[in-house]
Amino acid sequence: MTALFWRDLRLALRAGGGFGLGLAFFFIVAVLVPLGVGPEPTTLARIAPGICWVAALLASLLSLDRLFALDQEDGSLDLLATAPLPLESVATAKTAAHWVTTGLPLTLASPVVAMLLNLPAAGYPWLVAALFLGTPALSAIGTFGAALTVGLKRGGLLLSLLVLPLYIPTLIFGAEVVRRGAVGMTATPPLILLAGITAGAIGLLPFASAAALRMNLR
Amino acid sequence: MGLLTVSDLHCARGGIAVLQGLSLTLEPGQALVLRGPNGCGKTTLLRTLAGLQPPLSGTITCPTDSMAYAAHADGLKATLSVVENLTFWASIFGQTDIEPALVAMDLHSLANRAAQNLSAGQKRRLGLARLMVTGRPLWLLDEPTVSLDTHACDLFVAMLARHLEMGGGALLATHIPIDLATAQLLDLTPYRADPNTQAPDGFDEAFL
Repeated sequence: MTALFWRDLRLALRAGGGFGLGLAFFFIVAVLVPLGVGPEPTTLARIAPGICWVAALLASLLSLDRLFALDQEDGSLDLLATAPLPLESVATAKTAAHWVTTGLPLTLASPVVAMLLNLPAAGYPWLVAALFLGTPALSAIGTFGAALTVGLKRGGLLLSLLVLPLYIPTLIFGAEVVRRGAVGMTATPPLILLAGITAGAIGLLPFASAAALRMNLR
Repeated sequence: MGLLTVSDLHCARGGIAVLQGLSLTLEPGQALVLRGPNGCGKTTLLRTLAGLQPPLSGTITCPTDSMAYAAHADGLKATLSVVENLTFWASIFGQTDIEPALVAMDLHSLANRAAQNLSAGQKRRLGLARLMVTGRPLWLLDEPTVSLDTHACDLFVAMLARHLEMGGGALLATHIPIDLATAQLLDLTPYRADPNTQAPDGFDEAFL
């Protein structure tokens, strides 16, 4: 399982692996929003939590359709399915690798984006904490969506349609943490709920992903 | 107990039955070459045996974790080198030593080359070397000699012969004569299912 995780990391970092695409996308959205809504600092500060989270959702969506599709194209997925590694572990390793290559860089880069959007300084630690606890859920849900659409040619759009509604709870609580943190209210309750969603997603969705993969391999 | 016992197997591809009433046994040291025209169900049989798709009916008996499957696609990552690809598959199957595999398919001179820079035949050699690092006794090979030159074919047959000597078994689907004394032929044509019978499969493909 760790072998698969390290292989996926290595592939992401090599040419054409797509590492950094999500991060660049995250930045571009953050630059475009002030250009679109105008430069008033108060407006920006008010919408910053939501924009940060929506940008993070879309950025993590970008690399999802490659998650299993590449392995299916070159036959690795069939071979992994016949390997001693259970498909649940395959899904978990893929989720972990996806998070390290997208969720973690987004989390680390989020203070810069927050600055571009004029988020009040009190919100910075909450933004980092919320993204740190929330993005693993995005990767786990996305892995499930990728497993569902793995057999389809150009399933990327269907994948987005399937996955984005499932991101709603994470978005609501994640943005709420940052909003409350930024105005100085207590942000712990939504943060705990966010962590709960992530724990549930990491714990349960690998089984759903493995079941979807088995269905698609037939 | 033999390596593989199949009795009264029926399998389907894409909801259409392709094989019916197939029974075979494979003992250690034995190789079975599957023959038959295109579309007669060689790949479907191998995929069913490998557990990638359920049979319509019939039983497949074999020791647990005994099969290594090699499909048309080699399962190589283009940006990883030959050694990295082999090491990855070795660690997935809980093995550490990739040296015999490199030697068997004469891959030492290519060890550090990325898989995307290999020719089709070299990729296939790497794909076949992968079988050595699985440590599994029963090899299911789908067209293993495609794009191999005569020298590489000889390497492959020698590797297969050593595998059989060590008590392994192999099921090959191929159109090319394999020069192996112990290999037996099995023609799948008599087991073809009537293509007009719909497989009793509740899975609605049209929904996707």
